Amino acid sequence: MKSHYSLVIIGSGPAGLAAATLAADHGLDVALLDEQNQPGGQIFRNMESMPASRVEILGGDYQRGQELVEAFRASDAHYFPETRVWSLNTQGEMGLIEQGMARMISADKVLIANGAMERPVPFPGWTLPGVMYAGAGQILFKQAGLVPMDGVVLAGSGPLLLLLAWQYIRAGVTIQAILDTAPLTNLLRALPHLPRALMAHHYITKGLEYQNEIKRAGVPIIKGISSLEAQGEMSLERVSYRKGLQRQQIETQCLLTHFGVIPHVYLSRAAGLKHHWDHHQQCLRPVSDEWGETSSRTLFIAGDGGGIGGARSAEHAGRLAAFQILYQQEMLTKQQRNQLAKSDRQWMREDLHIRPFLERLFHLPPALLNRLPDNTIVCRCEEITAGEIRREIASGHDHSNQVKFITRSGMGACQGRQCSQAVAQIVADQSNQVISSQSLYRVRPPVASLSLGQLASLFPEEQE
Amino acid sequence: MFKFLQDDPAREWVNIFIDGEAVLVPDQISVAAAVLYQKKGFTRMTPVNAAPRAPLCMMGVCYECLMVIDGQANRRACQETVKEGMKIERQMGAGEQS
Repeated sequence: MKSHYSLVIIGSGPAGLAAATLAADHGLDVALLDEQNQPGGQIFRNMESMPASRVEILGGDYQRGQELVEAFRASDAHYFPETRVWSLNTQGEMGLIEQGMARMISADKVLIANGAMERPVPFPGWTLPGVMYAGAGQILFKQAGLVPMDGVVLAGSGPLLLLLAWQYIRAGVTIQAILDTAPLTNLLRALPHLPRALMAHHYITKGLEYQNEIKRAGVPIIKGISSLEAQGEMSLERVSYRKGLQRQQIETQCLLTHFGVIPHVYLSRAAGLKHHWDHHQQCLRPVSDEWGETSSRTLFIAGDGGGIGGARSAEHAGRLAAFQILYQQEMLTKQQRNQLAKSDRQWMREDLHIRPFLERLFHLPPALLNRLPDNTIVCRCEEITAGEIRREIASGHDHSNQVKFITRSGMGACQGRQCSQAVAQIVADQSNQVISSQSLYRVRPPVASLSLGQLASLFPEEQE
Repeated sequence: MFKFLQDDPAREWVNIFIDGEAVLVPDQISVAAAVLYQKKGFTRMTPVNAAPRAPLCMMGVCYECLMVIDGQANRRACQETVKEGMKIERQMGAGEQS
């Protein structure tokens, strides 16, 4: 690895792969850094070593990844797997851990393409072994060919839940039930946006196709459930929920939940970029334009890390960012940029028509967070309950940072990634505030764990 | 709780040790996947309540799968690939270096 590149791209999902390939093909000196040991990101995970039959089960969208990875491998972009970025600033300087060793590098331009993460939504029992995110179930499937053995319950709402159910059915996995937490009013709020959504109708066609297959397989879909609970002693034994006035339960050893995905903003926040709260996507996202330009001239963002748009959008966003970087590095004229970027821009505009419909259909009901029982763990790392958090808010601490200092919530190993939004929402509800870009815990580097030894190795002249 | 699909006949297997017990798992999978394949599918006991925890996200953001791997504590099992002879221990509490 060199100490400086023209362009460093962080993340090898569809945005990063498309950007790296395009920029390198235009002669830019590009490095692509990624945590995994293979390119593809979470969506195209294990792309290069997956047996054909599993690719077949995962469906056509997954096969698109093969083309992206092959084009990237054929390009001159430098690829650094198993590399984590723990700091980034607006001068384009980055701290990395590359195969266990810490180092600093810099770049003229940096493209953040680190994607999304599951939206963490605490509920009673969510810390029990046997409870995982649906995305985790899908990663185990893609990466290891590992699937639930004695049946699985899927709960929550969002497109990924349907996709995973469809893939599990094709793989012969028994789905005991799908518990849909979306209130029935979501559909009413979404319907006015349906005409616009039909301009990107392939998503709707696909969603209906998944639903039909799921019904045909005889999987019960239980709509409008609330008060989801996971119960058991040392691991999950049953799932309990409320449907209407009745509480029901299902015996199971595996519960996979999904409440949508949100941009993984730890790097963009640690870098000091401007962010805003998106009330429709119910998450924090970096301020950026069509070309992936942020509040810094040096840093760009593309893909789900900049706001949720899905894998196809991410690919086009990655290309648009690469075109803009090539233009700013004077490797393309403005006219060339506009000409080359035409189809990607058009694609992006058309694809975004689906979002208002989806965002309302899968809107997270606030009751899921603000009616959490007091004994529910919110901060998993430090084991802090909703009751402890509410007690501090009641005594006058009306910001999540204050709650953090007093309770230790958000001070554990995950640095608040899993509880930040829930704590901010509980604070906002209890102190009658509207959640905003200022509501979440402050984020500081290092945003990935590194040992003191690794940090010290950056300054060999100061060691004995 | 989890099983492997029989979809990869070319798959090679490696021996690893989980809390001293020898187990055979496919190569190229993550340590977290190997642990989930076991009857005792948890990765650690928490420092405060000594409650069992298991992998939650499988993509390196939840830190629930912290384990002691080849003597080094606080490694994320979902980000480590199994290797022949690897010694994996469930992490008890805050994870002392062994």
